Amino acid sequence: MADKKPKKIKVPRAKMPEQDPDLRRRNFDEVPLGLTPEMAMLEASRCLQCKKPLCVDGCPVSVKIPEFIKLIAENDFSGAARKLWETNALPAVCGRVCPQEEQCEIKCIVGKKGDPVAIGYLEKFAADWERENGSGEAPAVAEKTGKKVAVIGSGPSGLTVAGDLLLKGHEVTIFEAFHKPGGVLVYGIPEFRLPKKIVAAEVAALEKMGANLECNSVVGASVTIDELFEEGYGAAYIGVGAGLPRFMNLAGENMIGIYSANEYLTRTNLMKGYLFPEYDTPIARGKNVVVLGAGNVAMDSARTAMRLGADSVKVVYRRSRDEMPARDEELHHAEEEGIEFVLLTNPTQFFGDENGRLTGMECLKMELGEPDDSGRRRPIPIQGSEYQFDCDLVVVSVGSNANPLLTNSTPDIALNRWGNIVADPENGKTSKKGVWAGGDIVTGAATVILAMGAGRAAAASMHDYLTLGW
Amino acid sequence: MAEIVNREEMAQGTIILNEIKAPRISQKAKPGQFVILQADETGERIPLTMADTNPEKGTITIIYMVVGKSTARFKDLQIGDEYYALIGPLGKPTHVEKVGKVVCVGGGTGIAVLHPIARALKEAGNEVITILGSRSYDLLIMEEQMKTASNTLHICTDDGSHGHHGFVTDVLKDVLEKEDIDLVVAIGPIPMMKFCSLITKEKNVKTLVSLNPIMVDGTGMCGCCRVTIGNDTKFACVDGPEFDGHKVDFDELAKRLASYLDDEKKSYEAYEKAKAQ
Repeated sequence: MADKKPKKIKVPRAKMPEQDPDLRRRNFDEVPLGLTPEMAMLEASRCLQCKKPLCVDGCPVSVKIPEFIKLIAENDFSGAARKLWETNALPAVCGRVCPQEEQCEIKCIVGKKGDPVAIGYLEKFAADWERENGSGEAPAVAEKTGKKVAVIGSGPSGLTVAGDLLLKGHEVTIFEAFHKPGGVLVYGIPEFRLPKKIVAAEVAALEKMGANLECNSVVGASVTIDELFEEGYGAAYIGVGAGLPRFMNLAGENMIGIYSANEYLTRTNLMKGYLFPEYDTPIARGKNVVVLGAGNVAMDSARTAMRLGADSVKVVYRRSRDEMPARDEELHHAEEEGIEFVLLTNPTQFFGDENGRLTGMECLKMELGEPDDSGRRRPIPIQGSEYQFDCDLVVVSVGSNANPLLTNSTPDIALNRWGNIVADPENGKTSKKGVWAGGDIVTGAATVILAMGAGRAAAASMHDYLTLGW
Repeated sequence: MAEIVNREEMAQGTIILNEIKAPRISQKAKPGQFVILQADETGERIPLTMADTNPEKGTITIIYMVVGKSTARFKDLQIGDEYYALIGPLGKPTHVEKVGKVVCVGGGTGIAVLHPIARALKEAGNEVITILGSRSYDLLIMEEQMKTASNTLHICTDDGSHGHHGFVTDVLKDVLEKEDIDLVVAIGPIPMMKFCSLITKEKNVKTLVSLNPIMVDGTGMCGCCRVTIGNDTKFACVDGPEFDGHKVDFDELAKRLASYLDDEKKSYEAYEKAKAQ
């Protein structure tokens, strides 16, 4: 018998150290603790350095994945961070909130026979290392072109456009309606998933590159896009987000204790209601909380309610577990923190006391029928299955419509029938000359990274326009 | 930016006027629109309908009553101080056109909101009959300005210290009996707007009210300010703040305004205590 070949020792995929669920469900500190340098280098060594990296194809902003991972493996963490910055203005954000499992990691060759390389963990590691230990030196920008660009909205797509156009030497001003920049990264995504100091640092990096930031500026109300052009701006990018929460039109929905997810999260995150009374904005601390909807925003709301001291948090969703749109990681984290999923169930009405405060609600059981337009099996109500239960806080997280504030003031921009801006999917061009749009105001509510991808494409097209013409 | 250039205390120091530097807002603002202000980074976002604008000077004027911690912090700001945040103009402007005879009813700081609307209605060629109310005469604000903005002015005080001894609704009823009125604009405390609207509904006179629900962003993003208008839910920040008084569910609005009463009380008491020390 021939000798057995020595077996190559397989390095298992790094496991992200996390705050213990029993502790973290009551605090707002970040859940993942981050890889150590040793763990990161070991994980980086699992990358096969493919000649034609499929992972890069899976990334909406084409991060140079094998290249930054190689730098980590070589102990050049600062170099890795700089490699990330070449294509991504917000790596510390993406390392935390991107759905890597369905973008880059799903395409990883290592993943065909085992677990894929933990690209997201490595991205987070490199960006965090650079923020905490790096020189703080901003990436070099090209020679000034003398062209002025207005970026409307400082969420992920706007910041991406700003970063890309700054690198190309354009003068960029970012207009933000709120008093702090970051858009959904600041008002929506909770501290425990994306610490606000990280968003602030990424915005500060853009300011170091020369970005002007105008907070408290509601384009559409205090100034119109045409007026910006008159003021000398050569091009404008609209990345204002979806921003008009949907309700369910159920009886009792305006009772005290029923919030849109936007309001609930904005009060908690942007206004820091969880620190009341140190901060002045109050937020209801429900004991029996119900979250309606099952996307990432619903999970953020449910996990926030738990941290604000709830005894019980239920996520009520009309379809089954398989159809829940939130990332697996978010569902998993929520369950670990004691959040209950009440599936195949739909709300029908709310009950309150004489002061208009919510005291309970009624739901109906559903069953799955034939597939609908979305390809998912349509939920059908089971007649007579209504049941009632007590609750004192409901967060409605069933999506957003397009906010008309900006588009009303810009009548020459074409909208679709839902009020979303019509933009070329290739380059973000709108029907109005010199104006691009991307992110949720175009697509309806989607993800941070898709908004960034739209920003990336638009920035390239805007650069062409500013240097070559429309 | 957002620097206070003029400040006055009115109604025994319970009501404060701030004229604030806001060039862009002052150019754009129309009667009936509001701004959102924040005293500092830890503060709440408070919506206030503008009492006046001065595009030449690049300023806007707000007038507010001190009712809790946030407005108490506003009161602390002096000439030369800046608001941490100021955004606007928000909401839909008042639809101003010549309709004939208009009654403007104002109470409390609602009078400040009513002032630019009454003035615009008079400038549009309407005959403006104004009825103002306050608990007592020394708490009444802007009497002179409202006199100028109106053709006729009636004053009502709860304690009889000036003008009609009683509520604005008494005088409103009287005016509606005697004259043919085309429009009523009622702005003030919720009970005042509610009862004015009940009276005008009986007489079938179109009535506008300006609502002041709790807001966060003021741009349609959160839905905190939702109000029931007829059978529909509307967002006061983008669909209002003015609505048909005959359709507004005032009781729901009053309840929603009390959402955080306990928290607000605690917060205000702690602030007063800290200030006293």
